[in-house]
Amino acid sequence: MHGNRFRYNILTALLLAPATAWLVVFLVLPFVAIAVFSVGERAPEGGYQAAFTLAQYANLPARATAFWNTMMLAPVGALACLLVAYPVAYYLALKAPQRWRLILLALVVIPFWTSLLMRTYAWMYILGGRGIPALLAFVGIEDVRLINTPGAVLLGIVYGYLPLMILPIYVSLERLDRRLLEASADLGATPLSTFLGVTLKLSLPGVMTGFSLVMILLLGEYLIPTLLGGGKVFFIGNALVDLFLQSRNWPFGSAIAITLVAVSVVVLIAANRISTRVSGARRVDLI
Amino acid sequence: MRAFVTAVFAFLYLPIALVVLFSFNAGRHASEFTGFSVQWYGTALSNPFLVEALKNSLFIATTSALLAAVCGTAAALGLARVGLRTRAVFDALMGAAIVVPGVVIGISTLVALVQLFGVLNPFLASIWPNDQPPRLSLGYGSIIAAHGLFSMALVTMIVGTRLASLDRNLVEASSDLYATPLTTFRSIVLPQIMPAVVAGFLLAFTFSFDDFIVAFFVAGAQTTLPIYVFASIRRGVTPEINAIATIVLVASVLLVVLAQWQLRQRQPSN
Repeated sequence: MHGNRFRYNILTALLLAPATAWLVVFLVLPFVAIAVFSVGERAPEGGYQAAFTLAQYANLPARATAFWNTMMLAPVGALACLLVAYPVAYYLALKAPQRWRLILLALVVIPFWTSLLMRTYAWMYILGGRGIPALLAFVGIEDVRLINTPGAVLLGIVYGYLPLMILPIYVSLERLDRRLLEASADLGATPLSTFLGVTLKLSLPGVMTGFSLVMILLLGEYLIPTLLGGGKVFFIGNALVDLFLQSRNWPFGSAIAITLVAVSVVVLIAANRISTRVSGARRVDLI
Repeated sequence: MRAFVTAVFAFLYLPIALVVLFSFNAGRHASEFTGFSVQWYGTALSNPFLVEALKNSLFIATTSALLAAVCGTAAALGLARVGLRTRAVFDALMGAAIVVPGVVIGISTLVALVQLFGVLNPFLASIWPNDQPPRLSLGYGSIIAAHGLFSMALVTMIVGTRLASLDRNLVEASSDLYATPLTTFRSIVLPQIMPAVVAGFLLAFTFSFDDFIVAFFVAGAQTTLPIYVFASIRRGVTPEINAIATIVLVASVLLVVLAQWQLRQRQPSN
C-alpha cells in the first residue's frame, strides 16, 4: 500500500514538473527580476546596475501623463465596451432564437481570437484619409480628421475588446433562472423594474468580470493607442516600450511595470468585492 | 434591440470584410475599387522579408503550441490528482499567465532572460572545450518560451474542464477489469480528452501566430509576421498588407472554427 502511494505521488510530480518549471522560469522569476530591477539604477550605458533605492518609484511622477491618460482610458474604454456589449449579451442569452444562439455566439468569439493587430489596422484604413474622410469630402464635408484622435482610440478599444465583454455577461444571463422573471411579472412588476431588480442585478457578476478583464488589459494596451492615436498621446504601454526598447532605462521601466501590476491587482480585488456585495454572488470565472 | 444587435455584428465584421475586399483590388488606392485582381497576393508572397517573417511565425507557433499541448495536458492530468491547496496555487499562477497584460509578460521575460544569459554565457564559455562556445541570445527560443507560458495555461484550462466532466465509472470499470493504469489511460482517458487537447493546440497556435506585443519585446533580432506587419503599417497602408492581413485573418478564423468544432466533438454523455 505504501509503495503504491509513493508511486502515485511520483507520477503526479512528473506530470506537473514541466508546467511548474515553465511557470517558475517564465512567470515567477521574471516577476521577481523586475521587482529587483525596480529598486536598482540605470547603468551608464543603459540596462541595469545593482542598487537598493526607491528613486525609480519617486521618479514615477515624470510619467504622470502616461499614467493619467491610461487611468482615464481604461475605465472609460471598459464602460463604452459595456454599454455596447450588454444589449448584445442580453439578446443572445434571452431573446435570440435557440437555433441561432450558438452560431451568433461563435460569431462573437471568432473576432476575439483573430489578430488584434490586423483588426485595428482595418480601422486605420477606414478612418484614414482615403476612407470615411474621402466619402465625406465626396458629399461636400471637407477636412474631417478622424484618425489620430482620442475618439478613434476609443472606437478601436470598443471594437477590439467587445467580445471579451459580451462573453461573461452572456454566461451570467444564460444561467439566470427564467422562472424569476415570470415570478416578478406575476407579482405585478413592470418590465423595467423586472429588468433592473432581477435581470440586471443577477448579471452583475458577469458585468464585473467583463469590466475588470477589459480594464486590466487596457491598462497595458499598446497597439490601439499607437495605431489609431498616432502615438501622440502617451499611455503606460507606450512608456514601457520606450523605456525598455529605446532609452534602455530598465529600472525605471520596471518600477512602472510593478506599479501597473499593483493597480491591476487592486482593480481585480475591488471588482470581486463589489460584485460580492451587490449580488451576493461570485464573479463569473472565465478562466 | 434586434436592430442594435445587427448593427453591432456589422460593426464587428465590416472592417474585416473591407480589408478582404480591398486585398483583391486591382488599383493601389483604398478609396476606390478599380477591379478584381490577385496581384497583391503575388507581391506579398514574393517579398522575401515577408515570407521569412511568415516562416518564422509558423515555426514559432507550431513549436510553442506543441510544447503547450504536451506540458499543459500533463499538468491538467497532474492537477486532477492533487489536493485543493496545490490546485489553488497552480490556478492562481495560470490565471496570472492569462490575465497579466502582454507588455508586462514581454518586458519581465526580456529582463529575466537577458540577466540569465549574462550568467550562462560566460559559464558556457568557461566549460566549452573549443574556441566557439554557443552563445544564448534572444530569438526563436525566447519567443517560443514566452508564448508557451500563456498557451500552456490555456491548454491546462481546456483539458482540465474536459477531465472534470469525464465519466469516472469508465475509469473504475477499466481497472476492475484488470487493465493496467497505462492501458486505462490509452484506451479510456486519452480518447475522451483528445478533442480538448487538439482544440487547445489550435487556440495556442492561433494565439502565438497573432501575438505582437510579447514577441516585440523578446524577439531579439528575429522578425515574426505581426512584427513585420506592425513595422510596415507604420510606414503606410499598402494593398500588399491587405493581402497578408486577409491570409492571416482567414487562417485564424478557420483554426478557431476547427477548435470550437473539436471542443463539441464526442461530448461525454452525462
